[in-house]
Amino acid sequence: MSRKFTRRKFMAAAGAAAATFKFPMPAIAQGAPFKLGLLTVKTGGLAQGGIQMEQGVLTWLKEHGNNMAGRKVEFFSADTGGKPAGTKTKAQELIERDKVDVILGPLAAFELLAIDDYIEQHKTPTLSLAGADDLTQRRPNPYFLRPSACSSQAMHVMGHYAAKEMGKKKAITIDWDFAFGYEQEGGFQAAFEKDGGCVVKKLYTPLGTPDYTPYIAQIAGCDVVCQGFPGGVPLRFLKQYANFGVKFPLVTGETGGDDALLHSFGDEAVGQTSCCPYTLDLKTDGNQRFIKAILKDFKVVPGFYAAGLYVNCDVVEAGLKAASGTTANKEKFMAALKAVDLKDTPRGPIKFDHLGNVVGDFYVRVCEKRSDAPYGLKLWNKTVKTYKDVSQFWTWPEKEFLAHPVYSRDYPPVKKC
Amino acid sequence: MTFWLLLTVNSITFGGLLFLLAAGFSLIFGLMRIPNLTHGSLFMLGAYFGATFAGGYLSMTFNFWVAVLIATVLVAAFGTVIERFLLRQLPGQQMAQVLVTLGISFIVADFCLMVWGGDPVRVDTPPSLTGFLRYGPLVFPHYRLAVIAIAVAAALGLWLLLDRTRLGAMIRAGVDDPDMARVVGIRVSQLFTIVFALGAGLAAFAGIIGAPILSVYPGLDQDMLPLALVVVILGGSGSLLGSFVGSIVIGFIYNFGQALLPELSYFVLFLPMLVVLLVRPQGLFGRFVP
Repeated sequence: MSRKFTRRKFMAAAGAAAATFKFPMPAIAQGAPFKLGLLTVKTGGLAQGGIQMEQGVLTWLKEHGNNMAGRKVEFFSADTGGKPAGTKTKAQELIERDKVDVILGPLAAFELLAIDDYIEQHKTPTLSLAGADDLTQRRPNPYFLRPSACSSQAMHVMGHYAAKEMGKKKAITIDWDFAFGYEQEGGFQAAFEKDGGCVVKKLYTPLGTPDYTPYIAQIAGCDVVCQGFPGGVPLRFLKQYANFGVKFPLVTGETGGDDALLHSFGDEAVGQTSCCPYTLDLKTDGNQRFIKAILKDFKVVPGFYAAGLYVNCDVVEAGLKAASGTTANKEKFMAALKAVDLKDTPRGPIKFDHLGNVVGDFYVRVCEKRSDAPYGLKLWNKTVKTYKDVSQFWTWPEKEFLAHPVYSRDYPPVKKC
Repeated sequence: MTFWLLLTVNSITFGGLLFLLAAGFSLIFGLMRIPNLTHGSLFMLGAYFGATFAGGYLSMTFNFWVAVLIATVLVAAFGTVIERFLLRQLPGQQMAQVLVTLGISFIVADFCLMVWGGDPVRVDTPPSLTGFLRYGPLVFPHYRLAVIAIAVAAALGLWLLLDRTRLGAMIRAGVDDPDMARVVGIRVSQLFTIVFALGAGLAAFAGIIGAPILSVYPGLDQDMLPLALVVVILGGSGSLLGSFVGSIVIGFIYNFGQALLPELSYFVLFLPMLVVLLVRPQGLFGRFVP
């Protein structure tokens, strides 16, 4: 058989293809689906949070009959592998091939930075729970919205609580040696020192350290320790910390005391105080509905990652409603998203500041052993204080706050005290 | 003073754990001439299996040490399968074999993620070894001391095996000169299987022994593999003494490097490897130049 492909044959084939695929199109085009893209991590070390992110979205979609503001939702999930290069490729795939209207994710700050310019060029609204403070501070991206918390937001609250309510004076911080770690501990230090405390030492460990004892050995001469490890690391750190008989109380942010870790933690987590923008312990209807739905769909107790993405979906729906269900004018749609003001999300009421970062409630919780804890848990993060309407600037005026450099490895510096 | 003592004992513990991991890696490298990139995965697989049996995911809960045994045997069997059915298909093609081991490591990582999910798994310290030894201001967990004892016992056992038995003599002959070993009638390919299974079992054993300290989580394989690689390059492949000395040295460098020069901890870890490669490419106690 001849393999030659003549122009005539090509025309015939193309015509046939057009006849098969093109004709029925107008008939079903009366309500084009809303295309929702998710950048998440389903393989590698960050997969724990990434899988929960997807579960959060799927739970929302199932609960709402795959429908957002009256439009059918077409959902695209992409696995970035937790690497910035992969994130860029997958973002291109979502925007250029799948033509999504909104991107949810990515997970990590360095992934977000990799697509910062790209989403702005393509004017694709992106709702993420990744840190990278400056994306809503000194170098704001007009197409970026953060309904969870910037890296330092919860730690500001924790620093204040440790100084004022726990009456602590001297702290040592320990975290991973990357942007999320610096911004968390910088936030803790700034707020802790504002209220009269003093950070005497800041320890940063390489990513993926298997054994933290060399660092734990350096913890002395303080009355509180602040850890901010992500993923499953808190489990290991707390155990090694307890094994060496270190008794200083621990405080942490949203990742270090995540509710999704409660079923894996042992007794060593008892007494740890954490500040998180989401808590299982919140007894509102919105939260109870969410917990029930995700337990039913996936049999998992949700934490910060799943709840964060569920809230993202709430925000997208509200924005889409406000824009009368159309995303044709991207500036208008983005403005509608930024103006969203919700009362009953799983994390409580939220709205946004003019830079696109959330203003919402933050919960200080203490981990305790409880024989009657729900969802088959043995430990429970009990809310001891709720801070209402916390902004990313904490109690500083915006101008004063933005005049400082972004929190980094060396800022704020450790002073003698 | 406390600080230094604590770090010293801790360095030895970590070195012991590394030895269990690296000994098998080194033997496989020495005999088969390939760095087995699945080794970290076998470590992780052993830890997950052990955690499953010890944690009572199945209807019955095993004693920690029984779980260790089951996990070790299972992973050793898995190692046998890899060697016999995959690596054996590519005789003499070392590059292809290395790529196969890399591929298997990806498969194992995804398999673990599928079966155990992304959540870290906690492994309880065996009840008889909980608590810590208090010596003045110095606090040391019993379990970490036990790890040292286990590593030393394993080192002795391996030394007896390699130095005092006929099988050991054959393995040493295979490491030194595989062609000559074949000529005198040693079935070197059979040794490959035995050594690979032994190495896999040791890695799994290290994984589950380390689990109460490190916990088990996705990515554990990638955290441990480079350490094994550094140990073997430093100590020399195919040499038990090399692995032992290399492990302890790396244990010390790792702990003291992180405590004293946290900014340079990875640099400090890889620097001795670089120096050894430049000055003595076969490693401190190596038997051949790779």
